[in-house]
Parts: sequence; C-alpha cells; structure tokens
Amino acid sequence: MTKLRVVHYINQFFAQIGGEEMAHIEPEKREGAVGPGAAFNAEFGEQAEIVATIICGDSYFGENMDKAKETVLEMVKAEKPDLFIAGPAFNAGRYGVACATITAAVKEELGIPAITGMYKENPGADMFKDKVYIISTRDSAAGMRKAVPPMAKLGIKLARGEEIGASSQEGYLPNGVRVNFFEEERGAARAAKMLVAKLAGKDFTTEYPMPSFDRVEPGKAIADMSKATIALVTSGGIVPKHNPDHIESSNASKYGEYDIADVNDLCCDGYETAHGGYDPVYANEDADRVLPVDVIRELVSEGKIGKLYDKFYTTVGNGTAVASAKKFGEEIGKKLKADGVDAVILTST
Amino acid sequence: MVKEIERTGLPVVHVCTVTPISLTVGANRIVPAVAIPHPLGNPSLDQKEEYQLRKELVEKSLKALQTEVDKQTIFED
Repeated sequence: MTKLRVVHYINQFFAQIGGEEMAHIEPEKREGAVGPGAAFNAEFGEQAEIVATIICGDSYFGENMDKAKETVLEMVKAEKPDLFIAGPAFNAGRYGVACATITAAVKEELGIPAITGMYKENPGADMFKDKVYIISTRDSAAGMRKAVPPMAKLGIKLARGEEIGASSQEGYLPNGVRVNFFEEERGAARAAKMLVAKLAGKDFTTEYPMPSFDRVEPGKAIADMSKATIALVTSGGIVPKHNPDHIESSNASKYGEYDIADVNDLCCDGYETAHGGYDPVYANEDADRVLPVDVIRELVSEGKIGKLYDKFYTTVGNGTAVASAKKFGEEIGKKLKADGVDAVILTST
Repeated sequence: MVKEIERTGLPVVHVCTVTPISLTVGANRIVPAVAIPHPLGNPSLDQKEEYQLRKELVEKSLKALQTEVDKQTIFED
C-alpha cells in the first residue's frame, strides 16, 4: 500500500525558528516533517507520511488573513496531498485561529480532507468547530503526546473516506452534527437510569446538552460624550514599570487596578506590558500604543469627552481561562458602574 | 471581559486587531485596530503621525459608543 501524502501546518514557534520576535514571518514551505511532524510520522507508521511542512508566523497570519490563506493554499495545492493537518495549537489564540482558518479553507476550497487540534477554549475552536474536525487537546504543549494519536487516527480515517464515529469516540470537539442510530435500551429505561443516578449524586451524561448562546444586550449609546466619564480597560497587560502586582505573562490569575488621575501620558519610563505571547518592544516603548491615555487626555481638554476615569484596569489575555476573564469582567464592571462611569474602551492585543 | 462589563449595562467598545475573535466572543461594538503588538500605534510612522493615527482610532471608538446598535457591529470607517 502506498503511503498517504500529508501536508502539515505549524507556526514559527513549533518550527523552532523563534518566539514572538519571529511571529511576523511569512509562509514558507519545507520538505518533510518539522518539529511536531516527527511525532505524527511515528504515529502514522507505514500508513502515511508528512511530505511537506508549511510554517507561518502567528502575527503574520492574524494580520494578513486573506493573503496568508491564499499563499498557504497555493503551497498545499502544489503538494497534492491526501490529508492536511494543522497544529495542534493547544491554547495559543492566534495559532489556533490560523490552524482552524486554514484547515477549513483546505477542506472547502481544495476539497482535501483536513483536521486540526486545539484546546476547547481556544477562540479558533468556537469559530470553526462546526466546519472542520478539531481534536480536543490540553491547554499547553505538554499535551502533545496525547494530542497526536487521535489526530493521526482521525486524519487517516478521513483521508481514506472511512466512517467517522461520534465526537466522544474520536475525540473531536462536538460539531453539532447528529447521526441517527438505534439504541439498545428504550428511552424510558435510559431516562429512569439517568434520574436514579442524578438523585444518588452519581455521574450521568445527558443525551441532549443545551446549547449555550451567551450574548449580552448592547449597552445604550452615550447621548452626550462631552459629559461622559470614560474608563480604559485592557487585556494587553499594560502595568506600571516592574509589574508591581506580578500579573502573570500567561494564564493570568488576577487583574490590576492603577491610578492615573495625575498621568497624562503612558509614554516611556513609567509603564510596560506584562503580556507574554506578543512582541513587547512597541508597548514597552510607549504604552499609549495599547492604552491611549495621551489621546484621551487631549480629547478631555478639547471638551470632546467629559472625563477620563481615575483608574485603569488591566490583565493579560494570553491563554487566560475564560472563567478567569469572566470573573475579572464581572468585578471590574461592578466597580465601574458603582463609580459612575458611563462607557468603556477596552483594548486587546 | 467585554461581555461581563457590558452586562452591567455600560456600553463597551472593543478595540482589537483580530476582529473575528471579538465577534466570536460576543463584543457588540468593535473597532478594528492596527496590529497585535501595537493596536493603537504604528512604530513605522513618525511621532506626530502616529499620535494622529491613535487619535483617529479613539475618535472612531467614541463614535461607536455614541451609536445605538441592536446587534454585533464592526465600525470600519
């Protein structure tokens, strides 16, 4: 049997080209396996082989999505692969969005079987889980060993056109597709068993999980900005120099609240970013590039804004759990509301 | 964070570069920014031009906050 031809997509980090300082690199193609590709090849054995690896910087992809997609698609097409694999991206946000975007494009535009893998809270997962198979992985690269086997297995099945089982069997994120099948036990018996388990405080699995549509009503528009108090909030990690509260560079467990009543400009020496995962040079040079205190002060003096709230709130968005971000948001929202703030500008990197 | 703050009733404008993420998360007012490491700046411009760029983005954000929306809206120009 001839080996299936596989093209693998990874970022600059997994290609060992560099970290954030190399996140701007444009797509390039290399022959054979690079980085995690070796683990895939080992898992494939005689069934498949990575013939080419495409590497692209995460920031480049995020900032030039259409162009990057087009270039990568051309590269994939030229290899005539039987299967395309991207990642796994774990909880890296830009990487996850890149992996999912390109996987969907390969599947839809080239008609080539394609899969990716990432952590369920990765924004790429929510955007694309109903369009492509995304294997559920842990939230960090420590989960590589566990992520590769199900990705390789599902990939080979897809490439061979074999039947794909349910998400719970194959390990992909539920994609909303339902397939009819005959249960061995009647519905009444299953429901009674579930109820008994629930009453006994035991584990049970619902057969019909409720979808979560978590949307928030838009706040009312500000009628008169010249009388409004505006607050600045950021997930870009801007903090006073030396990060006094030690906000973590990734997976933040807290947010900071800092007084800027007498601050007109975040430039130069007083502030920096605590954020990992993006090149901090520009924010460290001038933190106004992330949190525009200088401009807001001018607009206040011009009378276009009533007031800048005396404090700003900040955390690091890098790989931070949704549950933490939710908690920070609730607390910050409450404080702002209680202090008579009228509207919020929230910046993200 | 955008959503939880807005849940209190305050209007929030999200200034960010990768707008598809913002849409997925559920921000209602979105203003596209310059680049991931410098959303409201551009180090390749001179200081005055960069400041002007930032001012325009903040003014666009203020406009977003003064606009009633009934669904997720990206304020392009």
